[in-house]
Amino acid sequence: MSGVSWLVPVILSVISASTPLLLAATGELVTEKSGVLNLGIEGMMLLGAIIGFAVTLTTGSAILGIIAAAGAGIAMAFVFGVLTLLLLANQVAAGLALTIFGTGLSALIGKSFVGNAVPVLPKLNLPILSSLPFIGPILFQQDALVYASFLLLVLVGWFLYRTHAGLVLRAVGDSHEAAHAIGYPVIAIRFGAVLFGGMTSGLAGAYMSLVYTPMWAENMTAGRGWIALALVVFSTWRPARLLLGAYLFGGISILQIYVQSMGLPIPSQFLSMLPYLATVLVLVLISRDRSRIRLNAPACLGRPFHATG
Amino acid sequence: MLLRLEPRGHHSIFWTYASPLVALALTLLTSALVFEILGRDPELALYTFFIKPLVSPGSLPELLVKASPLILIGTGLSLGFRANVWNIGAEGQYTLGALAGGGLALLFYDSTSPLLLPAMIVAGALGGMAWAAIPAFLRTHFNASEILTSLMLTYVAQLILIYLVTGPWRDPEGYGFPQSRMFSDTATMPILVSGTRLHLGVLIAFIVVLLGWGLLGKSLVGFQLKVVGQAPRAARYAGFSDKGLVWLAMMLGGGLAGAAGLFEVAGPVGQLTPQISPGYGFTAIIVAFLGRLHPVGVLFAGLLLALSYLGGDAAQIDLGLPSAVTNIFQGILLFFLLGSDILILYRLRLGRRREQPAS
Repeated sequence: MSGVSWLVPVILSVISASTPLLLAATGELVTEKSGVLNLGIEGMMLLGAIIGFAVTLTTGSAILGIIAAAGAGIAMAFVFGVLTLLLLANQVAAGLALTIFGTGLSALIGKSFVGNAVPVLPKLNLPILSSLPFIGPILFQQDALVYASFLLLVLVGWFLYRTHAGLVLRAVGDSHEAAHAIGYPVIAIRFGAVLFGGMTSGLAGAYMSLVYTPMWAENMTAGRGWIALALVVFSTWRPARLLLGAYLFGGISILQIYVQSMGLPIPSQFLSMLPYLATVLVLVLISRDRSRIRLNAPACLGRPFHATG
Repeated sequence: MLLRLEPRGHHSIFWTYASPLVALALTLLTSALVFEILGRDPELALYTFFIKPLVSPGSLPELLVKASPLILIGTGLSLGFRANVWNIGAEGQYTLGALAGGGLALLFYDSTSPLLLPAMIVAGALGGMAWAAIPAFLRTHFNASEILTSLMLTYVAQLILIYLVTGPWRDPEGYGFPQSRMFSDTATMPILVSGTRLHLGVLIAFIVVLLGWGLLGKSLVGFQLKVVGQAPRAARYAGFSDKGLVWLAMMLGGGLAGAAGLFEVAGPVGQLTPQISPGYGFTAIIVAFLGRLHPVGVLFAGLLLALSYLGGDAAQIDLGLPSAVTNIFQGILLFFLLGSDILILYRLRLGRRREQPAS
């Protein structure tokens, strides 16, 4: 076992790079499955990051911080929901507004918190299992948010494909007219999906500021919200592939850091481009197959709905 | 339900123009509230933010200088948004334009040729177009969402800029600061009014607005852009080329953003630094919407949002507020605008919906 023990820190860092992506993308998957495209993930994550950090720092309780971060994401998603679902605003524009607003508000709140640090979120060691060699530290010595990211993904997969409510949500995303005609409350269902997306984005932000780098810096999410959006396309709206995608991207961003630390004669900026370029590449590879996109994408994605008659 | 929406059945011309004003009024009220929460005197804060930049001496030219990149980029984007081409990576195209044109200025540092500046402008526009060509190609050939690809390329562009100004293009006499040499006088935009920073690019921005207006109102291309946005199926039946319009929209947006980037580095900034843009490419998206996706509207919206930058600076200096207040103001403005746009297609009615007669 000692031969592969060097792998443990590598895998742990991949997990910590992947968790915020997985959390944010899981929520967005549900939002999009209901037919709503929320481009505001980056803004919701940033606000979640600063609120989670600020509350943890001032109350000393990471649990309160995490709850507050989820609340901040939900509050932002609520604004988005009111605009796009009740006032039928263009979803692309409203999502961008959310990101611009979240960037500004998080910077404003965060100004007095720059330079502070919080203790990293404690690891929850499962008894016995956590002392197993190799898999112990990887699978059973993680913090609550890492466990939550997996739990949420499994729950979402179960909800969407194994429950009646999940079936209704997918029906709303695929044909809001038909779902409405049958008598399902299209707007209420979409609102719920949007708020869920806000919650996981807030959690993703909390992971950034409480675990990944336990401090606050302006724009600290650095485009992860947008990468999460691309991951949903990559997954062709299926939860299992979302896991694959999130860990693939987490892996790329860690690879990039390891290569930088090896001192190769490549300017660090070029290595930092890798996750963004990989996102573009992946989007191209997935999107080129139009029929697969059409088969899996919610048919009403991005289209507003107003009940008439 | 006490309040409900009733379709008007037509576009309300009145609300098309009134909704930005309603949004602005609501934004001012909300901003006052935000200042109050921050523990500042809202009256003083609003004055500092919106009035002071207008009445202090020499501020009007400065407003135009700040507005011109917004107007240039916003005009290009608004034409694209009409055709549902969501180029949200104008910030990256702006950066590449600045690099392409600014690169020429550094390459021919000792040149005194009068052709240098025109060549830089062309290079700037081409740089922006080249960067926009990537998402255009990926959309037309691989069906990849231009929203995500153009945005990802913005991060890449910023990293290229940082690499160049900390590496090969760094000023050898700049004490290690991440910035290029100051451009020579030959490579700097001529000043239109001495004593101000009003440069040639400001004039060009106004000309572009007029050209954009003509393109939209008088040409077949403008008609196609409008039809594709409003009635995509009709456009398909009419045989308008989908791909052609994507390319046109991306090239217009990218070219104008690239030119704006060049004007900025060859004008007010005067060199390449990592801070060549206070987010003009993103703010221009708000400008396009606030301006009703029309070049003339973009002109006014650009001036208003330029004011928010000046106001943000003033609030930073006078009141010690962080510059992020500008972003908050811009976000809230777009929220309210999108919200009140509902009145263009629907009217608000009080009272319950009448029961449908059973059929």
